[in-house]
Amino acid sequence: MALILLDLHKSFSRDDSAEEVPALRDISLTIEAGSFVTIIGPSGCGKSTLLRLIAGLTQPTSGTIELDGASINGVCDKTGFVFQDYALFPWLNVIDNIAFPLEMKSVPSQERTVQAQEYVKRFGLSGFEHSYPSELSGGMRQRVAIARSLIDNAEVLLMDEPFGALDSQTRTQMQQFLLSVWQETHRTVLFITHNIDEAVFLGQRVICLTQRPACVGDDIRIEAPYPRDVTSDEFNVYRRAVLKFLDREHAEGMHDIVPC
Amino acid sequence: MKISQRYERFICIALLLGLWELVCTSGLVNPIRIPPPHSIALALVELFTRGLPAGHLLYRHCMESLMRVGCGFLAALAIGLPLGLVLGRFERLRRLCTPVVELLRPIPPLAWIPLAILWFGIGLKSAVFIIFLGCFFPIVLNTVSGVLTVDRTLIDAARVCGADDRRIFTHVLLPAAWPSVCTGMRIGLGIGWMTLVAAEFTGVKSGYGLGYMIMTARDIQRPDFVLAGMALIGVVGFCLDMLLQKLQQSIITTRKPHAA
Repeated sequence: MALILLDLHKSFSRDDSAEEVPALRDISLTIEAGSFVTIIGPSGCGKSTLLRLIAGLTQPTSGTIELDGASINGVCDKTGFVFQDYALFPWLNVIDNIAFPLEMKSVPSQERTVQAQEYVKRFGLSGFEHSYPSELSGGMRQRVAIARSLIDNAEVLLMDEPFGALDSQTRTQMQQFLLSVWQETHRTVLFITHNIDEAVFLGQRVICLTQRPACVGDDIRIEAPYPRDVTSDEFNVYRRAVLKFLDREHAEGMHDIVPC
Repeated sequence: MKISQRYERFICIALLLGLWELVCTSGLVNPIRIPPPHSIALALVELFTRGLPAGHLLYRHCMESLMRVGCGFLAALAIGLPLGLVLGRFERLRRLCTPVVELLRPIPPLAWIPLAILWFGIGLKSAVFIIFLGCFFPIVLNTVSGVLTVDRTLIDAARVCGADDRRIFTHVLLPAAWPSVCTGMRIGLGIGWMTLVAAEFTGVKSGYGLGYMIMTARDIQRPDFVLAGMALIGVVGFCLDMLLQKLQQSIITTRKPHAA
């Protein structure tokens, strides 16, 4: 089963005028179940808005989103979300943070702990069960956040620049970690990034969004098998393709900037 | 070193009391008007053992006053806390209600005394109402400002974890705003305790209460009893604040809300 976006439009009303500002237009995409898709685009183009639409956090102005044949009209438990700044609850420890979605489903506390413990072990968080987010490193916080998005058995993992705040070494580790989680769990992953290397390293498909109002500008399939070699010629070819697209978009964006 | 520092703060109090005693015994002032510290201490002992009016022991005065402040404070908390959470969460409602709150807030609780007597008659209800007014606004306003500082992403994170509207309040807004709520409770209880004497001016049916006791002392022209009562109000108020501060700290250290 797949995630299908059909003719998605989204505009925002500004506070100071009646005028609607378009953010997304004509987004139509089919994302196969179990695939890893990265989304890249100029900053501020509406990448996050697209992800929030799929998560049901905001409603599209027009168009439909279907997951497994059922349309998404609000937050549903088939999607999990990972935020750039972790969005962990600072007053809950690691176990309680991971188990939060289960608590929302009124799963008994004992069972919640058992399930969360499993993720603690798998995600290399042993010994930190009772630590609070402020006591963890960035990489660990993001592992807790990923565990939280998976524990409820979400089919689609929506990730909004999840590694943007990490240093480059931790980032590389987390990319490999995420790939192994993906290969183990066979979830669909939609991953937003502004980092070309990351997009090409992770995705089976790189979807390039245009300047605001964003539409799908390019859809590049990356055939290279995992694990990928970032130093190979093949990798560079893909990088060049994405870079070329982004350069073109940035150049177009510059035309809109009127010197004062 | 540490012990001497601990006792340092008593030096000024001791000096002041000594000077006071000296001025009174030297005949510079009329000891009937300004009784020296030692007769206030004796008055305190008399209040403990014989009571004022005779038979109405100090301990009962304290308990009755604490009961009134407790009732007013709990009522203010029961209404103010949920109201603060709701006003903090819903911008439209906040815009509508803020002018009302801002207009009522500067009216001193004492100005409500005539109305309180008219509405509730003389006795417990009037006093509790006046104390309620003193506690209410700090609790509401601090809760609102606490909710306003809650990171929007945390609310989104809870929603994608499946939190419904009710759980957003109980599992996100309340714990996130908790430090602010505690500040509001401390300020509220402080003001509530300060309005106590005035609240008991509205009349006391039971014949007990620190404010009532002071009024009785005034009627029989015993400034030593008045000052003993005032000192006691100060000490009990100080202890109440300490108690609430301890409670706040114990909750913070076990749950570490904002340890970042």
